[in-house]
Amino acid sequence: MSAVTAVLTYKLPARRHPVVQFILHQPLGAAGLVSIVIMALAAIFAPWVTPHDPLAVDYESMLAAPSWQHWMGTDSFGRDVMTRVIYGARTALAVGFLASFVGSTAGAVIGVVSAYFGGKIDMIIQGAMDILLSFPIIVLALTVVAMLGQNLVFGVDVNLIIAISIPMVPRVGRVVRASALAIRELPYIDAARAAGFTNTRIIFRHMVPNVVAPYLIMLTAYVAQAILSEASLSFLGLGVTEPTASWGLMLSGAAADFYQQAPWMIIFPGLAISLAVFAFNLFGDSLRDWLDPKIKI
Amino acid sequence: MLRYLINRALLMIPTLLGVAILVFFMLRLMPGDPVQMMMDGANVSKQVIEEERARLGLDQPIYIQFVKWLGSALTGDFGYSIWTGKPVLHEIAIRLELSLEVAILATILAVALALPLGTLSAVFKDTWIDHTIRVFSIAGLAVPSFWLGMIIILGLLTMFSWIPPLTFTPFMQDPKANLLQLIWPALAVGYRYSAVSTRMMRSSILEVLQEDYIRTARAKGVYERLVISRHALRNALLPVITVIGLEFAFLIGGLVVTEQVFNLNGIGKLFVQAISRGDYTLLQALVLLVSVVFVLVNFIIDMLYAVFDPRIRYR
Amino acid sequence: MKTIRLLMGCAAALFALTCAAAETPVSGGLLKFAVGAEPPNYDCHAQSSFAFIHPVRPHYSTLLKFDTVQYPKIVGDVAESWTVAKDGLTYTFKLKKGVKFHDDSILSSEDIKATYDRIRKPPKGVLSLREEGYSDITTIDTPDPLTVVFRLKKPNASMLSNFASPWDCIYSAAKLKIDPNWPARNIMGTGPFTFVEHVAGSHWSGRRFDGYFEKGKPYLNGFLALFIAGAPMVNALSAGEIMAEFRGHSPADRDRIVKTLGDKAVVQESPWVCSLVVTFNTRKKPFDDQRVRKALSLGIDRWGGAQALQKIALVRHVGGLLRPGYDLATPEAELLKLPGFAKDINASRAEAKKLLADAGQSNLTFTLTNRNVAMPYTPVGVFLIDQWRQLGVNVKHEQLETKLYLAAQQKDNATFDAALDFNCDYMDEPNLQLQKFLSHDKSAINYAGQTDRVLDDLYDKQSGELDKKKRIALLREFEKRALEQSYTIPTIWWHRIIVLNQKLKGWHITPSHYVGQDLADVWLQ
Repeated sequence: MSAVTAVLTYKLPARRHPVVQFILHQPLGAAGLVSIVIMALAAIFAPWVTPHDPLAVDYESMLAAPSWQHWMGTDSFGRDVMTRVIYGARTALAVGFLASFVGSTAGAVIGVVSAYFGGKIDMIIQGAMDILLSFPIIVLALTVVAMLGQNLVFGVDVNLIIAISIPMVPRVGRVVRASALAIRELPYIDAARAAGFTNTRIIFRHMVPNVVAPYLIMLTAYVAQAILSEASLSFLGLGVTEPTASWGLMLSGAAADFYQQAPWMIIFPGLAISLAVFAFNLFGDSLRDWLDPKIKI
Repeated sequence: MLRYLINRALLMIPTLLGVAILVFFMLRLMPGDPVQMMMDGANVSKQVIEEERARLGLDQPIYIQFVKWLGSALTGDFGYSIWTGKPVLHEIAIRLELSLEVAILATILAVALALPLGTLSAVFKDTWIDHTIRVFSIAGLAVPSFWLGMIIILGLLTMFSWIPPLTFTPFMQDPKANLLQLIWPALAVGYRYSAVSTRMMRSSILEVLQEDYIRTARAKGVYERLVISRHALRNALLPVITVIGLEFAFLIGGLVVTEQVFNLNGIGKLFVQAISRGDYTLLQALVLLVSVVFVLVNFIIDMLYAVFDPRIRYR
Repeated sequence: MKTIRLLMGCAAALFALTCAAAETPVSGGLLKFAVGAEPPNYDCHAQSSFAFIHPVRPHYSTLLKFDTVQYPKIVGDVAESWTVAKDGLTYTFKLKKGVKFHDDSILSSEDIKATYDRIRKPPKGVLSLREEGYSDITTIDTPDPLTVVFRLKKPNASMLSNFASPWDCIYSAAKLKIDPNWPARNIMGTGPFTFVEHVAGSHWSGRRFDGYFEKGKPYLNGFLALFIAGAPMVNALSAGEIMAEFRGHSPADRDRIVKTLGDKAVVQESPWVCSLVVTFNTRKKPFDDQRVRKALSLGIDRWGGAQALQKIALVRHVGGLLRPGYDLATPEAELLKLPGFAKDINASRAEAKKLLADAGQSNLTFTLTNRNVAMPYTPVGVFLIDQWRQLGVNVKHEQLETKLYLAAQQKDNATFDAALDFNCDYMDEPNLQLQKFLSHDKSAINYAGQTDRVLDDLYDKQSGELDKKKRIALLREFEKRALEQSYTIPTIWWHRIIVLNQKLKGWHITPSHYVGQDLADVWLQ
């Protein structure tokens, strides 16, 4: 008998697009992502999607129960709740994204700079971050709001965004710094410096790519936090003000007076907040599992 | 060990000082003239306003005001509230008991839920038990505590025609009435707290279960239940303690909104009232106190960590 | 036959006995009730809001007061008896003996004199809102410790009821001598309850004053006023936690509470001498232009608004400067002819737009300063803003806490644009209701800041006019001019609905939520 050499045929796994891979491996996260996209689309195309005008006061049908005309009922001024919930997505997502982006980016930059330069600079920056970290998120946000008041630019309350993003800076900074520190110890950074590369080049070409993963994870996680912060601040009357539609605002004021006779006024906006934060958390969790399961946030 | 303690304690001081500076200067930048607001802005001559300003020491340079404020703050004198005219410390003191009690109840609830649920979820990973508990905890992160509070009240009213008592009775005086009032806000605030802790417990146990010594114990033939309770739990507790400690401070954020919903006269409600009335003396004291508590809680957590994990001490 | 009659007689007697037994006041108990806002300070003479009356009034007495069962009958509070001279120029009061202040000092005519001198001629630094109403008094004499004599310079149709004003709290002359502004931060009166504590943002409590001059009263051991409003207040009433809220509920809240409490709820309704008015700051452009003001008044659909708002708010009736239903008020037929009261809202809106264009204010933008008490300030504010939006006017809604809201309007160089103010009083009386429309230098509650001597003259003429027909004619003229000029414009009048827990006895509704609140006559079953 002739020796038959077993031929091992090894099939390369099919090269799939990273997004497709993500959806297959992390179905929950994908579901979260899909929800986010749907919300964003609804928010952007709100005027076309909604049956009523969010500001249209209708004294004929105040506090009306859900019906075919008003799927989620009306509030104490006769405004359609569903329309205001969809427009509320605009406020939530806009404030959420902007605040998280500003806060996370600022935090990431500070974290990288602090890690790279080390020594005294690191100590001072960390000291400042420690001080900011001593305040609970909402206490800091409220205090900044109290300090700054309201400042509308293109219909967006800039001071509110600053107030919500400030507490994020030290928290993101801390995580990003930890990741950046891990690289700084590597020999090729020293080599690069010895070779005479500028600080900026080293930071951007070597450190930044390594912190992208935690940065993105924090960014997503903090959109959820920002949405909650905005809702809380508006609920307390210190965020977005009437008559803008905001989920938190819809739970305060008149809603607080009428919710036993018109529970739909609070059920739907509350559900909206929960679902939005839920979706972002799911997506963020899955993103973390996908990108870097070991990371301790 | 002692050296580590002292080191960490000393490190707190510059942080606290920084906090005090930040709090003081942030609030001085608030818009509106506090003296004007105090005088109702009606029918009082400019001279009276200037006299009041001098009496309050507001006409001196800002750094002198800071030193004076810090000095008296260390002795417990935070000045008088612009809104009520009564001493700030008094206003805080009468409301502290309620908020503290809600916070403690919420913590007890969170720990009571997190330990068993987290363990179950980890041990029965990927079964329906695990999935249910995970949904429960992820929902806890998403549901705003004030909305949950409103739903609770709505439920109580619709189903039992009953609302929690409105006036606060101290626990020592009448435990039943006290708990009947405070268990609901504790639930609303504590849900999120328990959710975070449950998740942490689960991931912590999962990590520990990968460790070699667990494999060894199993190989030795130890009952699974003992493996979990004697080896896994003890080691998994550490990160959970950290999270519980950190989240305790987050409770304050939850309190701020939930006290509004349940109409509780606590620190959270005081905070919001102070902001809407521009009462910076009250705000300064409140924010300072909250931050100091936060820093202290972190310190205690670090200490507990060092006690439980000897590796930390020798770094 | 005789036996039957005898039996019926016995039954009737028994019935009457049991009724009387049910109506016999019981001593003891702590009354818990809700107050929707907090008093800005403690001085009666400077206040105008229920936020003050409900918690603070039980600590004070007045010279006369209204009998809430037979309103508007006037009875004596600290006054034993009184006489009015035939010419209407002298009022003599005899005080009750042994009336004590809470610090056990005895009330004398000096205290009455000091109080009323403070009201009609407030010293520097003291705010007295009702100064104008007492301007006819020339002197106050105190011939003996129990007699006070007021002399007027001309007859005044409302002077007797002025003395029954719930705002004229009697202060101790001794304390006023030390510091005329002492009452602003201290509470010490002759009322049925002593002051216990005020925890800002939470509650106010009082305890029975054992030295109260009416023996056996007050029945209650004390009261606890909780500062809650809206849903928490309705919930608390529904659950039996509190016994009452003495301001007024919306029809929706009433239905809600009755549904939950069932037969444990007692509903009392009455017309209400209360309305919201829009005040334009005439010291600020463009509200110094009469066309702009009148246009904004024309643009409000009062009839339509009343119909819609009464479902969720406490507003109900459309009327002018005086309460519709009051015999001196303008009847509906004549009201329709006045600017802002026509039923054809489209025609009014067209006229308004034209006036705005003439004044060059077609794209007017301003801020409406409002109070943060939800009922009915928020719905009325939102309603007005929506009405003005239909004229092309853009209005921003600013809601302030009571203290800041009042300060914004009361301060010397007020900078608000327009404010939603309240015009409420303890009785139907033009001398009271019209004070808001007088010139700024004549009336402390005028916030529009105008000077209009025509209106001032008409007011003076009607204030002493004792012939009803002549007075009505003067009032019509006043109203016509006031609505034309639109410095301050009426919106919709309120309707008072009170839901009590049936355990609370002895409280009777009146058309004013300022009256009957000293709590001396109420008891808990």
